[in-house]
Amino acid sequence: MPKDGGIGASSKRREDVRFLTGQGNYTDDINQQGQTYAVFARSNVANGVIKSVDTSAAEAMPGVLAVFTGEDFVEVGGNPAGWYIESRDGTPMKEPKRPVLAHGKARHVGDAYAAVIAETLEQARDAAEAIDADIEELQAVATAEAALAEGATLVHDEIETNMVFDWGWIEDNRAATDEAIKNAPHVTTLELVNNRLVPNAMEPRASIGDYKPGTGDYTLHTTSQNPHLTRLLISAFVMGIPENKLTVIAPDVGGGFGSKIYHYGEEALVLAAAKKLGRPVKWTADRSESFLTDAHGRDHVTKIELATEEDGTFIAIRTETLANVGAYLSNFATVTPTFLHGTLMAGNYTVPHVYVNLKAVLTNTAPVDAYRGAGRPEATYSIERVIDKCARELNMDPIALRRKNFIKPDQFPYTTPVALEYDIGDYDAVMDKLEEIGDLAGFAKRRADSEARGKLRGLGVNSYIEACGIAPSNLVGVLGARVGLYDAATVRVNATGSLAVMVGAHSHGQGHETAFPQVVADMLGIDEGQIEIVHGDTSKIPFGMGTYGSRSLAVCGSAVVKATEKIINKAKKIAAHMLEASDADIELKDGQFTVAGTDKSVAWGEVALKAYVPHQFPIEDIEPGLEETAFYDPANFTYPSGAYACEVEVDPETGKVTIERFAAADDFGNVINPMIVEGQVHGGLGQGIGQALLENCTYDSDGQLLSASYMDYAMPRADDVPFYSVDHSSQTPCTHNPLGVKGCGEAGAIGSPPSVVNAVVDALQSGGHDVSHIDMPVSPSRVWAAMNK
Amino acid sequence: MYDFDFEKPSSIADAVAALATEDAQALGGGQTLIPTLKQRLASPSKLVSLTGIAEMQGVCDDGDAISVGGATVHADVAASGLIPALSDLAGNIGDPAVRNRGTIGGSLANNDPSACYPSAALGLGATITTNARSIAADDYFQGMFETALDEGEIITSVSFPKPQAANYQKFEQPASRFALVGVFVAKTAAGVRVAVTGAAEEGVHRWGAAEAALTANFSADAVPAAPSADGMISDLHGSSEYRAHLVAVLTRRAVAACA
Repeated sequence: MPKDGGIGASSKRREDVRFLTGQGNYTDDINQQGQTYAVFARSNVANGVIKSVDTSAAEAMPGVLAVFTGEDFVEVGGNPAGWYIESRDGTPMKEPKRPVLAHGKARHVGDAYAAVIAETLEQARDAAEAIDADIEELQAVATAEAALAEGATLVHDEIETNMVFDWGWIEDNRAATDEAIKNAPHVTTLELVNNRLVPNAMEPRASIGDYKPGTGDYTLHTTSQNPHLTRLLISAFVMGIPENKLTVIAPDVGGGFGSKIYHYGEEALVLAAAKKLGRPVKWTADRSESFLTDAHGRDHVTKIELATEEDGTFIAIRTETLANVGAYLSNFATVTPTFLHGTLMAGNYTVPHVYVNLKAVLTNTAPVDAYRGAGRPEATYSIERVIDKCARELNMDPIALRRKNFIKPDQFPYTTPVALEYDIGDYDAVMDKLEEIGDLAGFAKRRADSEARGKLRGLGVNSYIEACGIAPSNLVGVLGARVGLYDAATVRVNATGSLAVMVGAHSHGQGHETAFPQVVADMLGIDEGQIEIVHGDTSKIPFGMGTYGSRSLAVCGSAVVKATEKIINKAKKIAAHMLEASDADIELKDGQFTVAGTDKSVAWGEVALKAYVPHQFPIEDIEPGLEETAFYDPANFTYPSGAYACEVEVDPETGKVTIERFAAADDFGNVINPMIVEGQVHGGLGQGIGQALLENCTYDSDGQLLSASYMDYAMPRADDVPFYSVDHSSQTPCTHNPLGVKGCGEAGAIGSPPSVVNAVVDALQSGGHDVSHIDMPVSPSRVWAAMNK
Repeated sequence: MYDFDFEKPSSIADAVAALATEDAQALGGGQTLIPTLKQRLASPSKLVSLTGIAEMQGVCDDGDAISVGGATVHADVAASGLIPALSDLAGNIGDPAVRNRGTIGGSLANNDPSACYPSAALGLGATITTNARSIAADDYFQGMFETALDEGEIITSVSFPKPQAANYQKFEQPASRFALVGVFVAKTAAGVRVAVTGAAEEGVHRWGAAEAALTANFSADAVPAAPSADGMISDLHGSSEYRAHLVAVLTRRAVAACA
């Protein structure tokens, strides 16, 4: 019986009313009195010495108010990497400065070296074109391999290398893993590329800087997933604006997928320009700028080895990866390929020895950072592809091989060789569910039907595990994080009993405005329509770390629970006073405070009113008002897991792959809103299938972006994806947060790419083609080439 | 975009006069030109819209041929059904928005090497009529983005002879959904014509070997082995060998679909 409200109900997303009717309030929708416009001059070479930037013609053009160059920001700080990593030999990572505007050198196509502020957008564009920059082009390096080659051009001369770090995880595992692989009866080796992706949020990045000379207050409206983090970066690292003088507001944000976690130079520029002019300055990226300058995702080249007994028992996993981090270190660029990737390299399996080596490499390309899944898709793809290859080599059923090595329910909590402690899970149960919803037993018949139509049909299956709910601050601090990763919530009860809940998480598609009230309503026994979520404005919300890493509900939602518990405790005291009872005897149910075992009660609204109209109120014992804040720092990561199955048809004449069926069985622990969870999984699957079949961010060897528009960058469309079978009824609730939730935002994007590629390889094998791997995207031309090699 | 003047004449004569201005540019449905302007990659002094000229609109049945006004949008050609293969082709260009703005004259004048319409014009042996003359399709297409049109010359209509049978097979480039390769096969009283788009650096062209083989024996089995990959486009989305292979595959499918 579906609930009609509270935890577990598929409440309709209240935010969709405004989003679907064009009533959203996005940064570019905001226009301020006296607003001016910024346009950036960007490098069209990937690597060049900026010999001079002549702005005189631009400054003389109509409407131009100011022109900035890199020279103007030499004195301010760089935009830092948020996580410190040490190389295997203990040396610190290399951290080249990332300036607001390029100075001295332009390091990727799209690197901004100047900005024009004008009365109108067209005037600013005209003037930006009139900037006369003398940029002497140098040889560029576009891939990690090229950047590490002998004599390669240096992206940053001052650090004297292109390698940021050479990381081992865990270095103490290295010798034993090498030895285990050397002595293993069977070793499966696979070299693969995790293709680079452009995030492509529907809303391009945009920022409006404002400065009030009368008070010295700055305001930044910006497309951010985490306004407090952005403020901290601008204040403490880049611009030195005191935090108390800077308000950051992220209003409605049209998707982020990671790309809007980070602070970008454009945000600093509009603030500096607003200060100089005393007028608001707006910048909105066009789609070309998004392609060239949003932080990209993935871009790993990996060799993975899986050592097993002849019966398929896993012995060891060893990987070597080159991670292209682009021209500058974006804020999460050092943690994404390391602690969000290497720590997951045991997957869902008991494998005694695991060693991960990863070299992070600077290149003359856009910065690369966390993108939906962030490191975990790369780990899952490597593991689940090599397991599939291993199953084929050992002539074992790929599901049986996985089941044989699954960590079993009685082994939790389970500490892996790569240092995570999985708290709970039941991977066989999820696989059982997958076999059921995917009708895997019916595959043979469906394959025969496809073959009768001249098509090859393949089935690809995989498991995944991810670490979400980022993250325990004490743990990540030891590992190098330069911030804490708690979150915060303030619950404010209004005098008439309605509530405002101010949260540190930021909703840019997730549905917080619907899901968080379900939690509070359930706890208080009131209607969720009485509860409003406030987010995205540093002047209104407590200091939270924002939304990424499938953390909002597990971390911020837990803070909401804690703050609501405080509210309940205080409300019970007030109710006890009103009922002339002991607060220990007060029970809250369905919005009524009752003295246990009696019919004496007061309603929620009466207690709220009493808090704010404290007549006959025991002010010596209880403060007036009803407002509480809680910070929540998780004890561990959460560990969602799942099993996915993809069925494809391949046209053997053209190599075209169509996805015929896709089943996703996930264990997200407890579920607050099943409909939102399903939507999140659908979206993740779309992006994962996009990576597997279509999307490919490609630079040529000179660092020119070849896939710089939708004419060449293939986004998945509705007819590229099938109707999904999605299930989340296998639930092992998280053991350490109050809601027992794990997070669902990234699962689809993490779990789906290997199942797609496994299915394509299976299809080709069924047609007699000796193909053991095809790199993503598995495009028609690549499939055809693999069949005809 | 940069500033420009704008005129929307109601007659061909007025349009021709308006285009006499230096750097004036004709505007059909704008599906290529407007994005180009928005990116500041072109700076015409004036745009002359051709969509207000009544005599350049619509599809009419001329008996052995159909005539399509130069400013007719793809959706109208798709709906006409007078030559089913041509209507099918038009109905699969872009998306509904594109099909209700983009015009046949605009597509043929631009001659994008991956566009669909050029293959129909060449495959059906169309005649392109301008304000000044009539041009046979065989003489009209002169390489990637190159045509026989002179400066200021306007495509007023296109006449397509009705074939005995015809079919267009398009294999989409995954991102743009333009033709990675498209093949238009037409069986006519004068023989079989096979026009290929998307594949070659020279743009739309006829595949002579296939035409000869199919004129002798119009069956999928008669389609020759793939043409040489020399001169075929090689890019992010497919090698020249892959495109050459697709030319043969799609020709076979088009012939089979004609049956």
